[in-house]
Amino acid sequence: MSVGLVYLDHAATSPLRPGVATAMDEARAGVLGNPSGSHPAAQRARRLLEEARDEVAAFLGRDPGDVVFCSGGTEAANLAVFGTVGAAEGAGEAGEVLWSAVEHPAVREAVHAVQAAGAGARELPVGEEGALDVGALSEALTERTTLVAVMTANNETGVVQPLGAVVAAVRRRAPQAAVFTDAVQAAPWLDLAEVAAGADLVALSAHKLGGPVGVGALAVSPRVGLVARQVGGGQERERRSGTQDVVGAVGLAAAVRLAAAERAAVGARVARLRDELRRGLLSAVRGLWVTVPDGVEVLPGHLHLCVPGADREEVLVALGREGVCVSGGSSCASGALEPSYVLAAMGVERKVADGSLRFTLGPATTEAHVARALEVVPAVVERLRRTV
Amino acid sequence: MSGGVDSSVAAALLVARGHEVVGATLKLWGGPSDSGCCSVADVEDARRVAQQLGIEHHVFNLTEEFERRVVDPYVEEHARGRTPNPCIECNRSIKFDRLLGRSERLGFDRLATGHHARVTAEPAGGHGGGGTGGRPGWRLRRGTDAGKDQSYVLSMLGQEALGRVLFPVGDLTKEEVRRYARRLGLRTAAKPDSQDVCFIGRAEGRHGFLSRRLDLHPAVLVDGGGRSVGSVDAVELVTVGQRRGMGHGTDGRRRYVTRVDVPGRTVTLGSATEALHSSVLLAAPTLSWVDTPIAPGAPAVAQVSAHGRPVPCTVHRDDAGVVVRFELPQRPVAPGQTVALYDARDPDAVVGAGIAS
Repeated sequence: MSVGLVYLDHAATSPLRPGVATAMDEARAGVLGNPSGSHPAAQRARRLLEEARDEVAAFLGRDPGDVVFCSGGTEAANLAVFGTVGAAEGAGEAGEVLWSAVEHPAVREAVHAVQAAGAGARELPVGEEGALDVGALSEALTERTTLVAVMTANNETGVVQPLGAVVAAVRRRAPQAAVFTDAVQAAPWLDLAEVAAGADLVALSAHKLGGPVGVGALAVSPRVGLVARQVGGGQERERRSGTQDVVGAVGLAAAVRLAAAERAAVGARVARLRDELRRGLLSAVRGLWVTVPDGVEVLPGHLHLCVPGADREEVLVALGREGVCVSGGSSCASGALEPSYVLAAMGVERKVADGSLRFTLGPATTEAHVARALEVVPAVVERLRRTV
Repeated sequence: MSGGVDSSVAAALLVARGHEVVGATLKLWGGPSDSGCCSVADVEDARRVAQQLGIEHHVFNLTEEFERRVVDPYVEEHARGRTPNPCIECNRSIKFDRLLGRSERLGFDRLATGHHARVTAEPAGGHGGGGTGGRPGWRLRRGTDAGKDQSYVLSMLGQEALGRVLFPVGDLTKEEVRRYARRLGLRTAAKPDSQDVCFIGRAEGRHGFLSRRLDLHPAVLVDGGGRSVGSVDAVELVTVGQRRGMGHGTDGRRRYVTRVDVPGRTVTLGSATEALHSSVLLAAPTLSWVDTPIAPGAPAVAQVSAHGRPVPCTVHRDDAGVVVRFELPQRPVAPGQTVALYDARDPDAVVGAGIAS
């Protein structure tokens, strides 16, 4: 019996969960008005929106008023970076942004953009294990620091960043600065209310949690000044104008509710499957290299490997033709793979990095999927690699 | 699949014939490009056509290899006063080497492109003047549409490659290709052909592009008697035989470049007849033959540019390579240019190629 498509790319997107689809269908049924109106249809929409906001706020351990709904993780990251830098500039403070070398392109490019527009920005190194060098951060913090951007966990390697230490360092040495954490990748797996407690800005994306694509949220502490990127009707307390995607917000809320409820059990099960896959591949593929050293905390679903002598573009095509979906890293606008700056920051040699593969398991992953992957991957890799 | 109509229809024809087809677009150049070949917009066009045909589509990032094997040599050659054809280099090292190798490793039987050319299987007993030399083998031929023929840029291919490539639109005229695309509702049906080198934008041109990577040096223009008659901004961009920008002599007639001395920063001008050459040497390391090398002294037909007029010639051995002697003196072939040789008795068939020394 065929196992169907073996989908091991949950970090890219996690398929819509049935519970989320049901919640969204219920929201869609009947007349759903614009939450900014006053009649019964609008009231209904507003109620659903605010219930969703309460849910997301609870998930993050924040006040509902601190939650800004938007179109996804990228918009949330852009709002965090441009919004805080813009507010500082508006207040006449020419500040500096400190950011890690392994941030997601949404953060990386936003920082590059504010830098090009004249803001100061300094990239902070990570260690070979892929976690931020907190010592380097401490040294870089000054009274001019406006924003410190460190993700909760890295999307490529799954490495959990030392956010607690980051927050502590910032409070001690640059208390005026805001801490922004891109929690998009970490959200399904870590208790953000605890892990991201000290951060001033937290970004979420629904579709990484099995929610719909097209909706996300940015939590913003009251003490942080933020200039809106999108202006208009003044929704979301002037922080993000535009008619809210009520059905999407309901989907995000359902997704975080399910994630929180299942976190312990699903996390344990997925980690077990991931470890089984890891063991199986290590024993079946000569010279296989697990990118993140043992002992480093990694999200339960992540398995990042390097296959020396393999060309990841070719491996991906071949695996795809066998029905196995994995990732080779970040793509550019045209859809072609780019060399990984995350691996470069970790000191991984280009030749080795060119053979990198990312497997990310999720709630829907089963034993059968892992078994099939173990059947297919070693054979493909052996056929395609050119040197050991 | 470059995002153009030719490769779109090539894919469509193969699908129609029942083959299992996968489309691949190459990302070759990360910089600005308005040539209509392989920019992001072109990748999207290629992808959409692949979707319309129901086939898988991939984008391969070969930018580093392209930079190393096509762009860098293009720049270095100009520094030496040579005029390379980067599209030929791209075919040689990227499309029909790297990509061909990849298609084999991934288990595919053939690599197809949208080139207007044909590959035919020839039985034993071929022509004695060159080509298959009597054995069965593959012949590379001009495309059906003479005005669109691209055999020149494929003239470096040999038996091994020719046995693994397909050129489905080589049997069609351009009009037939577009008509087929229109019938299938492919979005690329009316898309204009890309004209220029894919990594050089129209606005900056060759001069702009090279000036950012090379020091370009002015040179003195001198007449046959050595008298200075003007100057040029960039000696590296001047080609022997060039007429453009050289103005007129005191006799009122157009002037042509007869000699370019890059280190000496001198360009010598002469009349049209003085600029003609009766032969060109193709350097030995650059020679390639479709099958067996042409017999010494054999007649052939030479084409010295992508859409140049084929001219009769004879081909002779030389210590340094092969000398192509034109029947009638020709505008000179600039060093670095490719000369494609066709069979005198079967002028559609490519015999081999080499680069002017």
